This record gives sequence, structure tokens and C-alpha cells, in this order.
Amino acid sequence: MTGKTSLAIETRDLSKRFGDVRANDQISLRVKAGTVHGIVGENGAGKSTLLKMLFGFYAPNSGDILVNGEHVSFVNPADAMARGVGMVHQHFMLVEPFTVLENIILGAEGSHNLDQAKAKARAALVELEEKFGFDLPLDEPVEHLAVGVRQRAEILKALYKGAEILILDEPTAVLTPQECEQLFALVKLLKEQGKTILFVTHKLHEIMAVTDDVTVIRAGKLVARRVTAQTSSAELAELMVGSVVVREVAREKHADDAERLILSGVSCFNSQGQKALKAVSFEVRDGEVLGIAGVAGNGQTELLEVVTGLRQISDGEIRFAGETTNSPSHMQDPIALRRMGMAHVAEDRLKTGVVETMSARENIILGYQREPDFSAHGVLKLKDIADRAEDYFESQDVRPRNPGLNIGSFSGGNQQKIVIAREIARSPQLLVIGQPTRGVDIGAVTKIHDQITELRNAGKALLVVSADLDELLAISDRIAVMCEGEIIGTMPTEEADEKTLGLMMAGQRQSNDSVSAIPTSSNDGASTLPASSQEAS
Amino acid sequence: MMEFLADLTLLADSTLRIATPLILAALAGLVAERGGVVDIGLEGKMLAAAFAAAAAAAVTGSPWPGLAAGIGASVALSLLHGYVSISQRGNQIVSGMAINIAVAGLAPTLANFWFQRGGQTPLLTDESRFSAISLPFADTLKDVPVLGALYSEIISGHNLITYMTVFLVPAVAWMLYKTRFGLRLRAVGENPEAVDTAGISVAALRYQAIIIAGILCGLAGTVLSTGLGAGFIRDMSAGKGFLALAAMIFGKWKPVPTLLACLLFGFVDALQGRLQGVSLPLIGEIPVQFTIMLPYVLTVIILAGFVGKIQAPRASGIPYEKDH
Repeated sequence: MTGKTSLAIETRDLSKRFGDVRANDQISLRVKAGTVHGIVGENGAGKSTLLKMLFGFYAPNSGDILVNGEHVSFVNPADAMARGVGMVHQHFMLVEPFTVLENIILGAEGSHNLDQAKAKARAALVELEEKFGFDLPLDEPVEHLAVGVRQRAEILKALYKGAEILILDEPTAVLTPQECEQLFALVKLLKEQGKTILFVTHKLHEIMAVTDDVTVIRAGKLVARRVTAQTSSAELAELMVGSVVVREVAREKHADDAERLILSGVSCFNSQGQKALKAVSFEVRDGEVLGIAGVAGNGQTELLEVVTGLRQISDGEIRFAGETTNSPSHMQDPIALRRMGMAHVAEDRLKTGVVETMSARENIILGYQREPDFSAHGVLKLKDIADRAEDYFESQDVRPRNPGLNIGSFSGGNQQKIVIAREIARSPQLLVIGQPTRGVDIGAVTKIHDQITELRNAGKALLVVSADLDELLAISDRIAVMCEGEIIGTMPTEEADEKTLGLMMAGQRQSNDSVSAIPTSSNDGASTLPASSQEAS
Repeated sequence: MMEFLADLTLLADSTLRIATPLILAALAGLVAERGGVVDIGLEGKMLAAAFAAAAAAAVTGSPWPGLAAGIGASVALSLLHGYVSISQRGNQIVSGMAINIAVAGLAPTLANFWFQRGGQTPLLTDESRFSAISLPFADTLKDVPVLGALYSEIISGHNLITYMTVFLVPAVAWMLYKTRFGLRLRAVGENPEAVDTAGISVAALRYQAIIIAGILCGLAGTVLSTGLGAGFIRDMSAGKGFLALAAMIFGKWKPVPTLLACLLFGFVDALQGRLQGVSLPLIGEIPVQFTIMLPYVLTVIILAGFVGKIQAPRASGIPYEKDH
């Protein structure tokens, strides 16, 4: 059955509904055996739903799935695995305290006796590792491993369970650029060994880099099939979004203005008592965007916390608008900071930015509920609040246009628009933003980036922490890179590119000479698509 | 000196007796929580098992139907808890507390209805309970200094279920760490999605976990009313289910440390029994109310300060839903 042009996976009019939402609408996918096939689409376009049906995690409402030309109906993932379909999920399906070996054999132990099962698997794994060039610490608990290594463990797990068709769901979302390169090399090797790979992403340069064919999905529908060599990231971007993405607001030149926020030698501990920030120093000026890059978990969260008065520092000093706001002996709380003109768009929207089960109307006053326009003597001015919510919804084009709905029922992009409206309403002098477009769809991304640029042009200072390099390159004036709680380096955006930043994110310090020596034009996908949003739904 | 030694052996002996139901219940909680189901209904299940065992033993005149009834009652409540928390994805704490409250009222009511003794079951005769077993040579070795006393006073003379418990601790540890089932059970308590995507049923695994927990908890209840006691008394579990949960947390959800925690709690309980009415130097006689508090005060202190960083099974208490 596996001739040269045979299809490893085919779907015919595959559909899946969740309530009233058509997550997948008559999708007919055709994946040739022995190729790397890209599936590209925005967050929420329905990519993950499609994959979960291919893997037997969801049952389709209608339509057929064919694997190697044969009709299949998977009841659960075990069925899919029996047919040689393996999946590496975006959020790894690993049991953290278990070792790599235990994770790999889970569900395919082959013996009731665990010691026997492990011994048998170890022998088989050594062979597999050699074939595909893996070198994994089999007896190390997964929780001690770096993300890139965990991903390789996931891939090895799928191969061990006999995967011939490997589905990779947003595999690069959590990787450094260097880890991405390793992954791409592995994908090519797997293809050479005869595997079929389904590579799912919303990042176009990855599609261009590794795939043979590409399928574009938009709003639950298949909108185009292309041979990668015969398309461009510009065409794919347009197909993905449905219209050409244009940035409306240009960055105006600005003279260096007053230093609005100054961190000098700031150190702090995280909640586990480990040192999270180590002598961090930088300043943010009026009229500039300082971007903070870095792999998630390298102190960015703590940095946001110490600046916004949520965590006291153990060493150094933070000065905002000429006043000391955080020092080992004293910390201004968020209320005071707000009144001094600092606003904060929280990194983890659902945890600290909004209260999911409260209405949008109630959410727009959070943090400002004591202000005289929202309450008097502890009683809320409901009419004024409702009017204000209408204004925000209008100015930010929030949909659906109903501030009475729970904020949790809005899409990520619309939630973020509401939060941003709340925070910029009092025209703060400094806006601190964590992950401005995490979980936000592309239409809203452009709008949010434009708003950031507008604030900058209006002379405000902005501190933006983002895990998305494309985004930082698009909106920042300067980019500082964090690794293990330290600022590895800071450079003007004109001199930065993904490669340099990637090396710095991995902890490699750059001398000034080498920075300027590297050409500044590696934004192949990014030039047409200003930024891709960070995480899929 | 001799008196002190005698005191010590008595203390060790009652530690073991008191710790038996605690160990069994803690193992039950451990198996359930390792599988991702919080079992705060241990108290109620233990009480139900105590009642069922005593009632069946009283009616039949043999402890064996009592054992079966005790385990049956506890497993039935486990399945109810499972239906609420696994099948219907309900709140596990509410479901567990509902069991505790329902049993606290239902058991004495049924006892009153069937036996008309004010909410108790009839006093069990020695033939109808798991009474003390004298191990071979216990009598002849009694006079051998130290070792003989150790054997005949501490090791010999416990009931069958206590001896079973001695084997159940390593058995549970072996099951958790050395079998395929144990691997899957631990996985489903940490990351049920990983188990689901590996093609194993999360619900089936969790039901198996709570059935095992039900059996262990049934043994705990049975030993209360037919081993340590001789009949069912209202509220005879007296918070032991909660104490077992505390011991399990103190033992970091691991069998051997949990066993040690139970022995510690058992020891403090035995100690408070010995301290009642005893006049201590400097302090004088401690009121009974204070000595009885000891194990519970210890629980609070241990859990508040001395446990250190503990990581519960990550998915424990969270219903598993696919869409999310």
C-alpha cells in the first residue's frame, strides 16, 4: 500500500462541533506518505481539534479518516497508536516525577512486572536512540529536564510505540531558536528514515523551513493546499488571516527623554526561596519600548512582580518617576504605584489580569474600584461603570459588544483588549506589559501592537516582557535578554536579530563587536507578518 | 528500671494496636490519592465498616461474615464516592464529607433499629471477634530477658488484622513501585491526560484505586469494632480517618514514611492513655482533656511546620475532563 504517492493520512469532509461552534468544518486533508506536511492556521483556527481526531482523542461528528488508504474509526488513542499514528502534544503528555524510561513505557509496558518491563524497554530504546541520534537520560526524572529534552522524550515515546506517522502539535512554541534548529534537523532525519510527519504551527518561517506540502486552515475550514516550494510566507499569511495584514502606526523617531523607571542592581527570591533575579539593572525612558526577551521561567515573571509592587526585592533599588518604589526595606504597593502613574497588563491574564467568572463590566474597574469615578463611600457607581464599559468596548472594538457577559466567555484577544483599555484609560506614565499577545488571534495582535506604538509615540514609557521574539522585534526600541535571572545584554532593536537573541537567551554573552557584525535581515516570515501570537488555544 | 521497661513494652504494645486502623486507613487514602481521588470520606467509610462488621458478627456469631460485611460497606461507599467524583466529576471534598456526615447519623440509627441498644451493637463474644492470637512459644519464652519479653509482650498477642497489616504495607509499596498497575496508578494521579493519551482508561484506573482503598478502609473499620473493640459504639472512629489523612500527608504519600507517621500518631495516642491520671514531676497531674488532645495537637504542629515542602500528587482532587 505504501507506494510513492500513497496517502499516509486522508480525511474526507471531517467535521467536529462543540456546542454551536464548528471547530472543524468538512476538512479534507491529504498527507502523502514519507513527507513532512505542514498544517498552518491562526490560534483557534481548529488545528488542534483536527489533530485530536486523527489521534483518536476526539470522535468526529461526521466524515471519514483513512490511514494508509484504509478506513479507520479510532475510539481512543490506543487505536491510533495501533495504526502507527503517534502524537507529540503541545503540552507534553509526560508524568513529571517519572523518569524518561517510565514515561516512555507507560501504557506499553508489556509485562505486569515493572522491573522486567523496564529492562526490556531499555534494550529496545538503546537501538532506537542510535538509529535516530537521540541521547536521552533515561533514568532522570522528567521534571529535571529542559523543555527541548522533554520534547525529544515525547518523540522517542511515540517512536517506541511504533509510530510511522508522527504528529507534532506546535512543537516550537516553547523552544529556544537553537532548540528549534535541532528539532528541524530531527524532523528531516525522521523523514529520511521513512516516517511521515505532520507539522502543525502558526509560525510561517517554520513551515517554509521544514515542510514539503502545506495545508492552511482558517476558522475551522480548509482554505488552501500548497506545495511549500511553490508558495511564500506572504501568500500563506494572507490565506491564514483572510486579508493582508498591514501595520497602521509607524514608529516615530524620538529623542531620548527622562528615565522613567530605573532598576539598579535588583535581586530577589522567588516563592520557592531560590534567587530569581541577580543584580538586574536597566532603565526605561519616556517615549521608548524596552522589550525583555528570554525563555519562559528565567526571571521574567519575578521582574514584572518587583516592578509592579507585587514582590519585594532583596538587594538593589527600583526608582519610578524619581521616587524609590522598591528596596529591601520598603515597597510601594500596587495601589500607590497606580496612583503614581504605573499601569500593569498582567502576564497571566486569567490568573492575575481578570476574574474569569465576573462580567466584563466588573472587570474594567478592578484595581481602580476605589477611584472616585467608580465608587463613593464604598458603594459602586453602577451606571457610570456601565457607561465606561460601553466606551471601552466601542474604542477597542470588543466583540461580542456585551459588557454584561462573563469575561471568561470572550476570546483571548477580546479579553486582552478589555484589560488594555482598563490599564491605559488613566494615561499612565509607565505601562508594564507581560506577554501582550499570548493566546490572542492575529487580528487583535495588530491592534494591540499599534496601541503600544501609539503610547510610545505619545511619550509614555513601556516595559514589555514577551516570549515571542518576532513580537519584540516588531515593537521594541531596545531589547534586553534575560537568562537565569540575569540581563545577558541589551541592544537596540535595529542591531538585533533572532539568531543573536537566541544565543543570548541560551546564556551566551555577546560582545558589542559581534552584535554589530551580524547582519540584521533574518526576519523572513516576520517582515510580512509583523508578529505571530505566542501560544495556541 | 524493670518497671520502666514494663511501661515501655506496654506502650509499644498499645502503639501497635492503636496504629493498626490508622495504618490501614492511611494506606487506603494513599492508594486513592495516588490515583488522583481525594478520599476525605475515610472517616465515614471506617465507621460504616465498623458498624457493618460488628452487626454481621453479632448476628452470625463469627468474625468472618463481619469482615466481609465491613469490607462490603466500605467498598460500596467508595463506589458511591467514585460515581460522584469520577463519573460525574463532582467535588470530591463535598462527596467525601457527605459520606462522613451520612454515616455518622445512619450507623447508630440502623444499630438502634436492629438491636435496640441505644445506637450500639451487642457486645461481641470472643468467638465472634478477631481476638488476640498468641504466637507459638509466646508463653515459654516469656521469661527470657528482653528478647523473650519483646516477643511475647509486643509481637505476640495481636489480632489477625494487625498481623495482616504488617504484610499490607510492603504489599502496597510493592504494588505501587514494582507493578505495571502501580506505574499507571501513580501516573493517573499526576497527569491523567498522559495516561489517556497512552490509551489507558482514566476512569477505570481510578475506580480500581478507590476499590482498593475501600477494601483497606473496610479492614480498618472492621478491626475497630471486632478486633480492638467488641462491638460498634457511636462515633467510635473518633477522627481516626482524618488522622490517617494527616499521617499520609506527613508520610508524603509514600507507604513506609506513612507507616512511620501512623506509628508516631499511635505512640502519642498510647502515651496520652498512659499519662491519664499520672502525676508528672513539676507539672503535676494533667487533666484528661489535655492528654486526649495530644495526637491532634501534634497533627496540627507537624502539618504546620515540620513537614517541609511536600508535593501532593498533582492531579489529586481534580476531576478529569477531556476538553480543556
